Amino acid sequence: MTSSSPGSPGSPAPPPIPEPGFNFAYLDEQTKRAIRRAILKGVAIPGHQIPFSSREMPMSYGWGTGGIQVTASVIGQDDTLKVIDQGADDTTNAVNIRRFFKKVCGVATTEKTEEATLIQTRHRIPEKPLKAGQVFVYQVPMPEPLYFIEPSRTEANKMHALEEYGPMYVKLYEDITKFGRISLAYDYPVMVNGRHLMNPSPIPRFDNPKMDMNPALQLFGAGREKRIYAIPPYTQVKSLDFEDHPFSVENWEHPCEFCGATDSYLDEVVIDDQGGRMWICSDTDYCEQRQREQSGSAQKLG
Amino acid sequence: MPYVAVKGGEQAIRNAEALLKAKRRGDADVPELSLEQIKQQMQLAVNRVMAEGSLYDPDLAALAIKQSWGDLVEAAFLLRAYRTTLPRLYYSEPLDTSEMAIQRRISAIFKEAPGGQKLGPTFDYIHRLLDFKLAAEDNTFPAPISEEYDTAEATPRVAHMLEQEGLVMPPSNGAQGNGSQTESGMVGTAHPTGDGQRSGVEPFDITRQSLNTPTNRDARLQNLARGDEGFLLSMAYSTQRGYGKNHPFAGEIRVGEVEVSIFPEELGFEIAIADITVTEVQMVNQFKGNKEIPPQFTQGYGLTFGYNERKAMAMALVDRALQAKDLGESLDGPAQDEEFVLYHSDNIEAQGFVQHLKLPHYIDFQAELNLIRKLRSDYEHNNSQPEASEKSKKERSTAAKEATS
Repeated sequence: MTSSSPGSPGSPAPPPIPEPGFNFAYLDEQTKRAIRRAILKGVAIPGHQIPFSSREMPMSYGWGTGGIQVTASVIGQDDTLKVIDQGADDTTNAVNIRRFFKKVCGVATTEKTEEATLIQTRHRIPEKPLKAGQVFVYQVPMPEPLYFIEPSRTEANKMHALEEYGPMYVKLYEDITKFGRISLAYDYPVMVNGRHLMNPSPIPRFDNPKMDMNPALQLFGAGREKRIYAIPPYTQVKSLDFEDHPFSVENWEHPCEFCGATDSYLDEVVIDDQGGRMWICSDTDYCEQRQREQSGSAQKLG
Repeated sequence: MPYVAVKGGEQAIRNAEALLKAKRRGDADVPELSLEQIKQQMQLAVNRVMAEGSLYDPDLAALAIKQSWGDLVEAAFLLRAYRTTLPRLYYSEPLDTSEMAIQRRISAIFKEAPGGQKLGPTFDYIHRLLDFKLAAEDNTFPAPISEEYDTAEATPRVAHMLEQEGLVMPPSNGAQGNGSQTESGMVGTAHPTGDGQRSGVEPFDITRQSLNTPTNRDARLQNLARGDEGFLLSMAYSTQRGYGKNHPFAGEIRVGEVEVSIFPEELGFEIAIADITVTEVQMVNQFKGNKEIPPQFTQGYGLTFGYNERKAMAMALVDRALQAKDLGESLDGPAQDEEFVLYHSDNIEAQGFVQHLKLPHYIDFQAELNLIRKLRSDYEHNNSQPEASEKSKKERSTAAKEATS
């Protein structure tokens, strides 16, 4: 995944010097090759989980080791990396993963979605649409969408092979009879390329529509469960629903307190112990860019 | 606007690491632990870390224990992460544990076993009384001198005696049930015999392949060998209490050093690369037989790095329990369910996933909050509509209360 950075000159942070004593991107070349093979298989069968021999990484399982291994296998010296967790570049886990790749790759990093060639994420898809040529890597805790219906992987594999997804629809139907709506807020199952039921990773359902016909390559790494899957660019991704209960995303009664956005996913921030709340964009880059634009245009006006 | 979004994660992470290092060192007036001290005087901890860290290196294991502040699961994790950086150059030849230089060897099924019983260093018959003299330093404990004993002499396997009589099923790798050995070692399946024989089938490698169910015994044993000791102990215990009962007897337990050798094809001969200490357990279990197989004993096998008998015994019991599906036994207990056991045995995986709940989840929680609020408003809406008269009654009563207050 080497491509020259299209960003404006000098705007991504200059590449740091990698720490000696590690192979580029930590993994040895044989391991990277094995992971790339799994990725290629995944791309060939969109949404299908490919087993791979996940390695122990210097971060704990559950901290994004699957995504880290995928990133480590596709990253090149010319890449510009962005890492987000909960939509933000400055959350501790995002900081830590970015720090790791700076240490073992010495690649340039950025917080701007449009400048990155490679983006690793946990729990969010950025608000700014991804572009062709970008690689978007998800950290996946539980790749098997059927796990809460069928905990046995032997059985779940059979269900995928036979396209036996009835029980999932039954579960969604039961939600509707009990609650009047589908009660899944995140981890909302999708059908990829009309064939494979897929767990989108715990992104909020708000982000599900962004996966559909996305021009970027979307890769999913589950380290502990040792599975990789992929959505190639421009692949159909449909959130499960019923004709009389179409899929819908949540919206907020408030705009973002900082940038006024009404189209972004908002975080509820508790500001005191009197029930005070405010809502702000979870995508910190999106919010900051909008604030900058607003102050820029305000200056122009003034 | 009083609110400022939390920033400075990188500085906080650096400070947390520095604080951890300082706390780990403790009082600077107390001498620092040396790796040699850990390796010598905390040897069983080193053994456990090597087994669960899946890397035989006492020096690195001692370093990991020092670095992890004595947290052995964390230490095993450090070794595993280091292991990732090592290329796999060769597969060793199968170990021949009958050629073990024996430190301890016992059998619970025969009073006299050829090769003899040897207690070795064991807690088994020690009164567990706190030894207050040990609290003082500068103790010396001379080892008793035992009669000369030729460690080079092979010690025959106890289970082998039962095999000669056809009373015990030879070890097998799953349903095939064919484990017979030939001189060349080219017949059979990938199963542990401890006989130093290479079987015709390449064994599964859980460090290079993703474990898929249904599994064969080679993959299961590898998983158990580096599985969490506490987990295996509980699983083994559950079989004894009736959740998948299989009447175990400790056929043989042996601890000692074995030679590890590799056979580089470019050289064309074997080279010994190390002597490692292992604990090997062969359990003999009851089997009532079925239509095809007459009643006989079956075996459970346990092998760990270092001296770690509790783990090796637990492993052997769980190995036997997991053979239930191959033997056509009914699956009654969790220890017989390979998906349950194998996917939950690894403490590096388990500790990570349990503790990852500490990471921020506020996006999912926000989504859940929105959903719960929606469901609540649906609920309140549904419950208030049909009973309009009830509602107005309530309103009246609250209005009355307010008026009185």
